[in-house]
Amino acid sequence: MRFVDEFRDAEKAHALAAKIAALCEPGRQYKLMEVCGGHTHTIYKHGLEDYLPETITLVHGPGCPVCVIPMGRVDDAIHLAAQPDVIMTSFGDMMRVPGSNGSFFDANAEGTNIRMVYSPLDSLKIARQNPDKRVVFMAIGFETTAPSTAMTLLRAAAEGIGNFFVFCNHVTIIPAIKAILDSPDLRLDGFIGPGHVSTVIGCRPYEFIAADYGKPVVVAGFEPLDILQSIYMLMRQLAEGRAEVENQYSRVVPWQGNPVALRAIGETMALRPYFEWRGLGFISHSALQIREKYAAFDAELAFQVPGVRVADPKACQCGEVLKGVLKPWECKVFGTACTPETPIGTCMVSPEGACAAYYNFGRFRRTRVAEAEVSRA
Amino acid sequence: MTIQAADREQQVLDRIDRARRRKPRIREERITMAHGAGGKASRTLVEAIFLDAFRNPLLEPLEDAALLAVGGASLALTTDSYVVSPLFFPGGDIGDLAVNGTVNDLAVTGATPLFLSAGFILEEGFAVADLERITASMRDAADAAGVRVVTGDTKVVQKGKADGCYISTAGLGIRAGDADLSAASARPGDAVIVSGPIGDHGVTIMLARGELDIEADVHSDTAPLNGLVAALLEALPGPGAVRTMRDATRGGVATILNEIARSAQVGVRVSEDDIPVRPEVRGASELLGIDPMYVACEGRLVAVVEGGQADRALAALRAHPLGAQAAIIGQVTGDNPGIVTLTTGFGGTRIVDLLVGDPLPRIC
Repeated sequence: MRFVDEFRDAEKAHALAAKIAALCEPGRQYKLMEVCGGHTHTIYKHGLEDYLPETITLVHGPGCPVCVIPMGRVDDAIHLAAQPDVIMTSFGDMMRVPGSNGSFFDANAEGTNIRMVYSPLDSLKIARQNPDKRVVFMAIGFETTAPSTAMTLLRAAAEGIGNFFVFCNHVTIIPAIKAILDSPDLRLDGFIGPGHVSTVIGCRPYEFIAADYGKPVVVAGFEPLDILQSIYMLMRQLAEGRAEVENQYSRVVPWQGNPVALRAIGETMALRPYFEWRGLGFISHSALQIREKYAAFDAELAFQVPGVRVADPKACQCGEVLKGVLKPWECKVFGTACTPETPIGTCMVSPEGACAAYYNFGRFRRTRVAEAEVSRA
Repeated sequence: MTIQAADREQQVLDRIDRARRRKPRIREERITMAHGAGGKASRTLVEAIFLDAFRNPLLEPLEDAALLAVGGASLALTTDSYVVSPLFFPGGDIGDLAVNGTVNDLAVTGATPLFLSAGFILEEGFAVADLERITASMRDAADAAGVRVVTGDTKVVQKGKADGCYISTAGLGIRAGDADLSAASARPGDAVIVSGPIGDHGVTIMLARGELDIEADVHSDTAPLNGLVAALLEALPGPGAVRTMRDATRGGVATILNEIARSAQVGVRVSEDDIPVRPEVRGASELLGIDPMYVACEGRLVAVVEGGQADRALAALRAHPLGAQAAIIGQVTGDNPGIVTLTTGFGGTRIVDLLVGDPLPRIC
């Protein structure tokens, strides 16, 4: 497949792995966080850690959109879906995320009509086709998916569609990264920056990470060679004592981001004063709500939303996993009480969640290619 | 990682393995779509509810067909239901799908399929012309597979109580010998073969539903496998040369390999580069964020054969029109029993586990 296979070339990977290994200072441990869940997925799906020396640990960050949705919001969504004449639409990987009383799949078994869509525009189509129903789109995701929700709102307003609503759970990446940087129990050497988010927001917003916290950031693409190269770029910065924002994914990410998308978000959405993140707690100015001008489409205004806060299950250590303090397997309930079949925490639900990725793909010993490279050299 | 950490990690992994071997239990209060998807939830449902209720030695192997000894004859009996939507799709329809699926469940046990039953559940208002199309395609598929539909049943339900037409079948076949072709027969050193590109049927259905606005030139692979199976068994007549065969339907090749690894308590190691996947199917899967390994086929054989006979088996499959693109995709190993691993095209290694339910598309 063109434009894909080029970025999965094993020979180039071996060469990069050797260069990465050569940059490791003897005796030093490196912890690099990939912020984005898409990166976590790629890392496990392609067995990328096989190419890294033991001294480099990848820490899986908070950038999995469904993983950070708190249980109370899932309950709210199910409550909305249970209202008369409501069709709720949602991205596929939201379907299995547990609320305090089951997931969307369980709710459907109880009688709700929650459908999977690939785009919020599909929800608008459903609203047009079902004028006697109220269609609520469960909007989740970072700045990656927020523009598509924004465009859908703009179109709904332009067409004057009265039976379409958005339950807005969009979050923003920078406050989450800042929360992680400010967390006292954390030691990170650098960040693999989120690629898709950056196509929208650009690279500028990460500059404080380098300037104020002295940590290097490399915005990375989603193919395995992209990530290996980004690790190499991070390791080179560390070896040279630099802390800068670099863009590995320049074929897609413009330094300034996408002004059209940003304008659409700004037109339709505003920052919430605060929002709860699963595992990370309340973070101020970390999420988006629908602007007053588009209030007619705001499910939180058009419907009664219970808004009951549900504490994360006590045994669940998703927060520590999201911050990279714990590895998935170090969580007390990992793999026993909490499995992909019966997830307790959201990290176990989405294939991008650190725990699910580790459980599904990583759960066995490997011979480390990188070590073999080093010993051969 | 320090040695202590590695040990602790191993302890956790051992604990997980023990938990996974525990008796399955249904935790949900209601049936969800995941219970029908062919993955872990389906397995739990079958073992915790059906096997528990009907337990007997003939059912217990949970193979594609039950093997019965009746009056000196060795028979294979299977049953299946078809609820595919849409009913008509590129490369086939629910009719030939039902016949081929039933034939294949018999064929992979080494039986010659002979007789089929067909039960129809029809929704009030269903077009008679569509029913005629479906039955014509069933007749043609039956002729092609050399089987006859010898009994049937019809029920009509109120509008909205079914989705047009559902078909339920049973199939009866006769076995020449009593060779054990169960999934438990796989041994370390064996070769794993698939008879052609994987995932065609499932991707065709996903695109035919028209919800995704993706167009690709893909067709269902629905086909009767009895001829292909006969060719393979003829080429490898020795006892046990063909260890086991499966048709990779719901849950795809990944699910079949997991069943083999689990039943035989062996490891299965496959190589991503060796698994045939059409570019259209790969492209669509990549866009949808799903893995072709879990996508259904309806005319693809997964065969495990004695390692030394692999080339002969491959040649026999490739000589048959349905096996022209057959490929050896991996080996059965002694290490990592119960686990399927994949060497990625990128050169890494990962586990290929059973999915819980249907593959869910990822959002970003």
